[in-house]
Amino acid sequence: MSKNDKKNGSLQTLKKVLKIIGRYKLLLALSIVLATLTVVLQLYIPILFGYAIDGIIAEGKVDFGSIETYLFKTLILIAIASIATWVMNAINNRLAYHVVRDIRAKAIRQIERLPLSFLDSHGTGDIVGRVIADTDQLSDGLLLGFTQLFSGIVTILVTIFFMFSKNVVISVMVIALTPISFLVARFIATHTYAMFQKQTYTRGLQTALVEEMVGNQKVVKAFGYEEKAEARFDVLNKELKEYSRKALFYSSLTNPCTRAVNNVIYALVALVGANRIMAGGLTVGGLSVLLAYANQYMKPFNDISSVITELQNALACAGRIFELIETKPERKDSPQVMDMAKGNVTIDDVSFSYNKEKKLIEHFSLDVKPGTRVAIVGPTGCGKTTFINLLMRFYDVDAGAIKVDDWTITDVARHSLRRNYGMVLQETWIKNATIRENIAFGKPDATDEEIIKAAKEAHSWGFIRRMPKKLDTVINENSLSQGQKQLLCITRVMLLLPPMLILDEATSSIDTRTEVKISEAFDKMMEGRTSFIVAHRLSTIRNADVILVMKDGKIIEQGNHETLLAKKGFYEKLYNSQFEHVAV
Amino acid sequence: MIRLMKYIKGYEVQSILAPLFKLFEALMDLLVPIVIARIIDNGIANGNSAYVWKYFLFLILLAALGLAFSITAQWFAANASVGFATALRKDLFGHIQGFSFSSLDKVGTDTLITRITSDVTLVQNGVNMALRLLLRSPFIVVGAMIMSFTIDVKCALVFAVAIPLLSLVVAAIMFVTIPLFKKAQGALDRVLGITRENLTGVRVIRAFCKEDDEIADFDEKNNELMRLNEFVGRISALMNPLTFLMVNVATIFLIKQGAIQVSIGVLKQGDVVAMYNYMAQMIVELIKFAALVVTITKGLAGANRVADVLDIEQGMEYPTSENKKNKKKNNKKDKKDNLTAVKFEKVSFAYDTSGEEAVTDINFTAKKGQTIGIIGATGSGKSTLVNLIPRFYDATAGSVIVDGKDVREYGKEELLSKFGIVPQKAVLFEGSIRDNLKWGNDKADDKQLWKAIELAQATDVVKGKAEGLDYHVEQNGRNLSGGQKQRLTIARALVRQPEILILDDSSSALDFATDAKLRSAIAGLDKNMTVFIVSQRTSSIRHADNILVLDDGCIVGNGTHDKLMESCDVYKEIYYSQFPDEMKKDTDALNNKRVNGKEVTV
Repeated sequence: MSKNDKKNGSLQTLKKVLKIIGRYKLLLALSIVLATLTVVLQLYIPILFGYAIDGIIAEGKVDFGSIETYLFKTLILIAIASIATWVMNAINNRLAYHVVRDIRAKAIRQIERLPLSFLDSHGTGDIVGRVIADTDQLSDGLLLGFTQLFSGIVTILVTIFFMFSKNVVISVMVIALTPISFLVARFIATHTYAMFQKQTYTRGLQTALVEEMVGNQKVVKAFGYEEKAEARFDVLNKELKEYSRKALFYSSLTNPCTRAVNNVIYALVALVGANRIMAGGLTVGGLSVLLAYANQYMKPFNDISSVITELQNALACAGRIFELIETKPERKDSPQVMDMAKGNVTIDDVSFSYNKEKKLIEHFSLDVKPGTRVAIVGPTGCGKTTFINLLMRFYDVDAGAIKVDDWTITDVARHSLRRNYGMVLQETWIKNATIRENIAFGKPDATDEEIIKAAKEAHSWGFIRRMPKKLDTVINENSLSQGQKQLLCITRVMLLLPPMLILDEATSSIDTRTEVKISEAFDKMMEGRTSFIVAHRLSTIRNADVILVMKDGKIIEQGNHETLLAKKGFYEKLYNSQFEHVAV
Repeated sequence: MIRLMKYIKGYEVQSILAPLFKLFEALMDLLVPIVIARIIDNGIANGNSAYVWKYFLFLILLAALGLAFSITAQWFAANASVGFATALRKDLFGHIQGFSFSSLDKVGTDTLITRITSDVTLVQNGVNMALRLLLRSPFIVVGAMIMSFTIDVKCALVFAVAIPLLSLVVAAIMFVTIPLFKKAQGALDRVLGITRENLTGVRVIRAFCKEDDEIADFDEKNNELMRLNEFVGRISALMNPLTFLMVNVATIFLIKQGAIQVSIGVLKQGDVVAMYNYMAQMIVELIKFAALVVTITKGLAGANRVADVLDIEQGMEYPTSENKKNKKKNNKKDKKDNLTAVKFEKVSFAYDTSGEEAVTDINFTAKKGQTIGIIGATGSGKSTLVNLIPRFYDATAGSVIVDGKDVREYGKEELLSKFGIVPQKAVLFEGSIRDNLKWGNDKADDKQLWKAIELAQATDVVKGKAEGLDYHVEQNGRNLSGGQKQRLTIARALVRQPEILILDDSSSALDFATDAKLRSAIAGLDKNMTVFIVSQRTSSIRHADNILVLDDGCIVGNGTHDKLMESCDVYKEIYYSQFPDEMKKDTDALNNKRVNGKEVTV
């Protein structure tokens, strides 16, 4: 990407940000007006104090009248400035937090509509980062940065204006000397940068080591690796110490150095100012104003340079957020609602692949009569789960069509299709909520009797009953064992009684004894219903009406358990490996 | 924080000198207004240009001294805070290495990782800022007041009133906002949680058509976060305008009072300017101080979290060599029985985190060279049982005896060196395959490594990589598949040539054929190695010399496959659930027998 493109990109992003802020145009305008007002007032107040001080000349030569007037004026301006500052801060807050809220609300709506291909290819951490951290950074950097930048520029301009109104020579001198402070800061920053990089790199190594060792502490202990881990940690720790010490020290030189430059400028103002007063070109009050300005003058400059880095950072974050928000969502849903299915599933010459270079499912055809039990077996990566993705329309087929009864599934509303399936996946998902909410996920109005009945059928009632608050116990991903979570997910489906069922390794973490009991319940439930079962435990699938043996995206064998065994093909090999010892 | 004070050891001098030099620097700053007052009152008033020059040079000198002092202060502060953090991090890591399994269960490894990384960094920043600035701001504020008192008592009274009031306002705002900020952080965590939940559960949410409900739930949490942030923001936004207002009102009183004092001849114009400058210095310091307090509060919170970890007891003690000597005598008698590898005597165990016993009254004996299978439902206590053998946990009742000696009488090295353990979760570490395998035995040569690899059926895994043993395994072994990792973890345990090998459901990611080959390879090994196999598959354990059947933490069956098929209902149920064919055959056979029997009697 050339530099120009990059600039255009940032400009585009900025435009989009402005569009989001657009709703709050009035607030933004008000904030800018108030910022200008407070800056001018805050800078004008020292001048009034200067006039007041000019009224105090010496013993007996004090003009109380003018002092009183100036001080009274000051009091009013101080009050106005304070109120204006507070209102401005409140507005900026409101602006920032509302924009963040809006962006996040947009993001979640987008997440619910994004094609799974996007979500599958971006890690959860990545997207969470965009929704949380990047959005915060955007509001901090862009909105607050913007107001700071604005008031910084106004401060500089107004200060220069006021200084010139007091004394031209001194003002020119201050402006001419300012760059020295920048040069010093720049010099330090460039020389510290390398040290910071080394520090970041070493810290990264150390964090990685900690994550590995502490994250797997039990393995470390089982092999008695503790001392070696400590030794490795110590080496990095010592290295980090050296780099951190230097990075911290060098970077902390910036403040004292720029302050020293500033102090020299201050002294020069005092020197030249004093000479001007003696020459009659300046008053003492005027000098005190100039000194106050000389003290503050550097601050907005330093602020602006840090704000600019913030802004660049914020724009990068905004870019990532917009990438999420602007990704094309799933194809628009058809308004057509299909009826509750009888369970006739036809797959007609379907082809599909996740990426165009690597073909996966090709010319796949299958006709499933209502009430059929279809089992899918095969080695990892053969396309079992992909098949499920297509049935549920998590992904759309590249070619061909899938029909349920006589509805082509791409022609009906997704919800109306998905309501026909009960799905249990190997990767269990538990909402951070009560057990009741988790079970009644698909049927929020279920009564307790219904829930308990489903739980008993799915054999989850045993552990639910023992939970401290039974159905009202709040659970999360970590509070249950993998097997218990799977039982809960099965209960969820038991409660729904959908016309069709998809089980993708649904009982992989449940011991076989419980599994047999659950499958009895499934059997009862699935009577007359179509079901698709993916499993690696052959005992689970042997009762299926049709077994599809898949390999590399194709069905290589098809039939029931007996016929497939008789064929002495891939299935037979797979099946017999389980019995090797029995056979001997 | 106080609990962590000892880590400043070795840097005591620096931690005193850093703030001290910072105070010197502040002193230079405090002298400036006085010098300016002199220039105005003596130089300008008398038209004495030489005087002005002299004091100008004095100002430059103050600037140079200030720079020198402050650089010295930064140097000491950087050294002390980094030294402090380094020592703390080292100790923390070492402390965690010593944690027993039950301590680890209690704390959770995720928390430990953040404490040792980001929390320690927060503490380091807090210490650094505290050393540099914590004393400076109050010093300047109080110093400004004292300097004003030296100029004029009546005027200085304005400072004496304003400073406590200012402190009160700053303290009050922080007192109100800090807990609110924490609350807002909690709200943010909830938004983060629900975002993550929606991503990990996207398939389930869509399958159940719950998108709109999830959006509503998210909106509620999102709005709550906004409301809280806006509320606390509005309060903390008071800080700046309020301090600005107070300092400037104080300045009005100061100038007024100054005017009176000048008019009666007690003060000069320059003195008023000096005091005015002190006011200006104060407001700058107050703003800095407010920002500083936020950094230090964060550092303190981090310090507390770190200290909490250090306070956790490591939880397991091994006898020292002296104790061992005393006990040696008693052991002689047991040693005679050198056929027994592992013996459980009335062992019960409950995890600290739950009250209920995970295993209850376990009794069994494993002879040297035997293969022991352990089977049972999820949560029946299989893993718990094998974790007790190498003393990962201490039994709450009864005793575990390994090689004739109670495990509590072994030194740590002595005990662990007997075991080769393959944990449930296949974990490999960043480094070459060779590095990983050498965890088992760092003296092993390549020949030994290859032998272990072969036994573990991992030859094709290693041979499949161009670099062979030097193949670089990424963090958590993420560039290897589950099955590959599992076979390498088995090889790692075998490299040790252990007396006792424990396979904790460690063939779950292997297909049946590989699992079978692995078992026969292990069976063909050293006849003296005792092997424990935990599994849910009956096929994995049916040829074991002895099978322990666990149900709800108790042993309900103990014997060979054939014996258990006759006597143990739980085992039979498990077996038939996996081999329904066999059930048919067996029941048929049984029926036939009965029929035959009947015929005989009739």
